[in-house]
Amino acid sequence: MTDNIYMPYLMKVEKITWEAPGVKTFMLKFVNDEDQVNFSFKAGQFGEYSVYGAGESTFCIASSPTRKGYIECTFRQTGKVTNALANCEEGSVIGFRGPYGNIFPIDEWKGKNLLFIAGGIALPPMRCVIWNALDIRENFRDVTIIYGARSVKDLVYKYELEEWQRRKDIKLITTVDPGGEAPDWRGEIGFVPTIVEKAAPSSQNTVAIVCGPPVMIKYTFPVLAKLGFADENIYTTLENRMKCGFGKCGRCNVGKVYVCKDGPVFTLAQLKELPDEY
Amino acid sequence: MNIEKRYIRKGSLEKLFEIIKSDSRTVVGPSARNDKISFKKIEKYSEITADYIQTTQSAKETAFPRTEKILDYSKNSDGISVIGTDLNEIPEIVLWGVRPCDTIGAGELSAIFNWDYRDEIYNNRKSHIAVLGFSCSKADEYCFCTSVGGNPGSTEGSDILFTRAGDDGDYLAEIMTEKGLQIASLAPDLFEKDGNVDKSGYLAKVPVKFDREQVREKLEKLFESGMWVDQSLKCLGCGACAYVCPTCACFDIQDEAHGRSGSRIRCWDSCGFSIFTLHTSGHNPREVQSQRWRQRIMHKFSYMPDRLAVYGCTGCGRCSRACPADMNILEQLISIQEAIV
Repeated sequence: MTDNIYMPYLMKVEKITWEAPGVKTFMLKFVNDEDQVNFSFKAGQFGEYSVYGAGESTFCIASSPTRKGYIECTFRQTGKVTNALANCEEGSVIGFRGPYGNIFPIDEWKGKNLLFIAGGIALPPMRCVIWNALDIRENFRDVTIIYGARSVKDLVYKYELEEWQRRKDIKLITTVDPGGEAPDWRGEIGFVPTIVEKAAPSSQNTVAIVCGPPVMIKYTFPVLAKLGFADENIYTTLENRMKCGFGKCGRCNVGKVYVCKDGPVFTLAQLKELPDEY
Repeated sequence: MNIEKRYIRKGSLEKLFEIIKSDSRTVVGPSARNDKISFKKIEKYSEITADYIQTTQSAKETAFPRTEKILDYSKNSDGISVIGTDLNEIPEIVLWGVRPCDTIGAGELSAIFNWDYRDEIYNNRKSHIAVLGFSCSKADEYCFCTSVGGNPGSTEGSDILFTRAGDDGDYLAEIMTEKGLQIASLAPDLFEKDGNVDKSGYLAKVPVKFDREQVREKLEKLFESGMWVDQSLKCLGCGACAYVCPTCACFDIQDEAHGRSGSRIRCWDSCGFSIFTLHTSGHNPREVQSQRWRQRIMHKFSYMPDRLAVYGCTGCGRCSRACPADMNILEQLISIQEAIV
């Protein structure tokens, strides 16, 4: 790479998967082999994805670092850049800068039970660490995934949910908000916090990873507390607006903490130290 | 290097200017246009204004332009080609007539641009600038450099600092760096020895109004304070304070497309704007102006000292002079220091 820290890698859109209305996953491969060789990242990190002429947008790397040779991102069409991304086709070339930010401390979780709780479009930042854990499954004890979306059609990674459902070494609970079910829906019906409470996973030797819309997070934390989870064992990610990704553009900070550098991964104990400005 | 003190006679500054120009360097200096003094490229010495307290804009634009190209791209039938800003094309600039509050500000900007990731676009520009600072012989009620670690004759950040010493227009020249020595060596005859004058008598008097360490300590306890609302009631969110500030570095990154080619640019931004932190979802962590004003003060007087070991304010007073709603940062900082927590 050059000295220019704003220069993206050129990435080719290798494969596009339709996940849900307005939600797509891109599999991206490095245009230059050398970039591919020199690139590495860890679960939890994010990047700046760009369509030349439209601009840059921030989201996580949704694929696992154990899967080499490509990265994936999942985005919902909402703004100028994500609309431009959505118009890309397989073979299109886009930009990517990264990886930035801290990581899920997956090495520290060895020998523990893992409880993943996600809502809606927040499964992608968690999918990275889920697959990372599943690819070294022997390092962990029970793996539980609780995932909910507004409706059945809004669930992302449906093909992977089926795979996780079939696997004997994962307990998967899917749920949709009341009214969001389809006639053949066999999962739960109810909001994520309610379903977590009902499933009552053990907090013994367990870390919980929670990603979702603010309202889901807000109501899930007290449920986890009731189940006996310590704040240090609950992880989440913050997703503030960013431009640079490396602590200069000045907008992602929550008090003294920069989400781009000190985050995006935080424990609930760390979040409680932050001012209420996220 | 050791500071070299020299003396430069009235009239010799113009000669120095001519010699610098003939060395094919670009000179950027303060120039009057109507009632505003701004930094601009100077062709003739007569364009320079020496008699001013403060320019409207700071000198930061020389190292951190208002809009700066990060890269160019062009799309063609083979795909896309992307070329980053050519750092070799950055010009040599002599920045003439900068006040100490701006020369100090450059150090604070550098701290931001080199925190962890080194921004070589900024660093390259900065390394191509020789700074000829000019001490202040006048100040106004907005100036408060002495409350934030500076002073009207501070040499910090200058390669050569000139101080008007005496009423006949002679200057003391303090050569601070190798870069300054290089400039002086272009015209060795002009820099006379015996620069042993006490400059303090020729400097503006800027009384100390508050203690920034105390402000910093107070801020630790004031995040939830109602004073942010009181202080920001007048704030229009126009961002003028950030644009005139010598240390504000917040920026946006945007693409400018022209058909099948275009550029990605970095441009100044402000934490005072309502959309600065707005998420695509509509959620905004700083929904109201008081939160944005708090961010501005906290960033400069609490977060920067904590994270970067520098403060983000040089006491130049520009934000107060520029504010269309007449908010005065000096008054606000004093009231923070005096706040009862």
